[in-house]
Amino acid sequence: MELIIAKYNYWIYIMLMMIGFYAMIAKKNLVKKLVGMNIFQTAIILFFVSTASKKGGATIPIIHKGQEIINPAHYMNPLPHVLMLTAIVVMVSTFGVALALAIMIYKKYKTLEEDEIIEILRNRR
Amino acid sequence: MKIFALIAVILTGAALIYSTFDMPDWGDPASPANTHVSPRYIEKTIEETATPNAVTSLLADYRGFDTLGETTVIFTAGIVCIMLLRRYEND
Amino acid sequence: MTRKLENIVIQTVSRLLAPFLQIYALYVIAHGHYSPGGGFQGGCILAASFILLVIAYDINAVKSRMSEKINTLYTGAGVFIYAGIGLLCLLLGANYLDYGILHKILPVGPVKARAMGTLGVEIGVGLAVMAVMVSIFLNIASGGRHEEGAVE
Repeated sequence: MELIIAKYNYWIYIMLMMIGFYAMIAKKNLVKKLVGMNIFQTAIILFFVSTASKKGGATIPIIHKGQEIINPAHYMNPLPHVLMLTAIVVMVSTFGVALALAIMIYKKYKTLEEDEIIEILRNRR
Repeated sequence: MKIFALIAVILTGAALIYSTFDMPDWGDPASPANTHVSPRYIEKTIEETATPNAVTSLLADYRGFDTLGETTVIFTAGIVCIMLLRRYEND
Repeated sequence: MTRKLENIVIQTVSRLLAPFLQIYALYVIAHGHYSPGGGFQGGCILAASFILLVIAYDINAVKSRMSEKINTLYTGAGVFIYAGIGLLCLLLGANYLDYGILHKILPVGPVKARAMGTLGVEIGVGLAVMAVMVSIFLNIASGGRHEEGAVE
């Protein structure tokens, strides 16, 4: 039982990751697959940020004014926040380029369903 | 057809949950992520960079090279969207 | 794909709110040293002020205020400012992106020069992020042809 209490933050984000993963591989519409990819990436970002907290009353990593000796146990770990800022920007860039490609596919094949596009490609030969 | 996807998702989720048994607890102050190099950043950020915000001083000063690559990534995404989609009527 | 939404309340409120959004975005970029914020966050809020005007009015009303050519120049200018500050540190004698050497041309000490270098770099990042967000939104919402209008 204390195993669940000690690690339940990882399990919540793994469930969110699996929801996004199921949407990526089981849905047939292209935009729904992209939304699943977005959910997956958001879950990974939250997973990393949740490893930065410390027990015992740690606060946000902005150092208070006028301190002589700074105790690192009073402040949260700033390194996962920094790495996840980069990951958020990569998420937005990938989503923008993927939507542009979806618009080009719609203009050429007049549909966004995956099996209809495969039918058109198979009948073209 | 969707039942195969459900089985694959459940198997992947079970493998990931099994791998979290070895990870450190939530909020452990002695985990390897909290004791490797980040106490040095928190202690030295005001006397070396005069910036109370540890996240900004890490992002733009200690790890500024990664942020340069980051800005190049978002610049490339903007250029790709213009190149793929933009059409002019009078050509 | 155009249906012009002519609601007087939405248009007036978004026209009144856009300058305050821009000042708040510049505040978030400039106070990145003392409070949560920085370049990426302020750039997104600055882009949100333009996207609000596109949603309330149409694309030509926003393109008369910030043309597409200036927007594309801002994307390059943001990356140029970032790499240019690094090159300036290299020309003055230190390593690339080593802001401590900037105390030779700025009238502050070597520790404060690192904070000034960080501020200059954040301004470049905010400019690049703003221009790319507006450009991606305009191209995807109108499907590439800006004259036919945007999403309703």
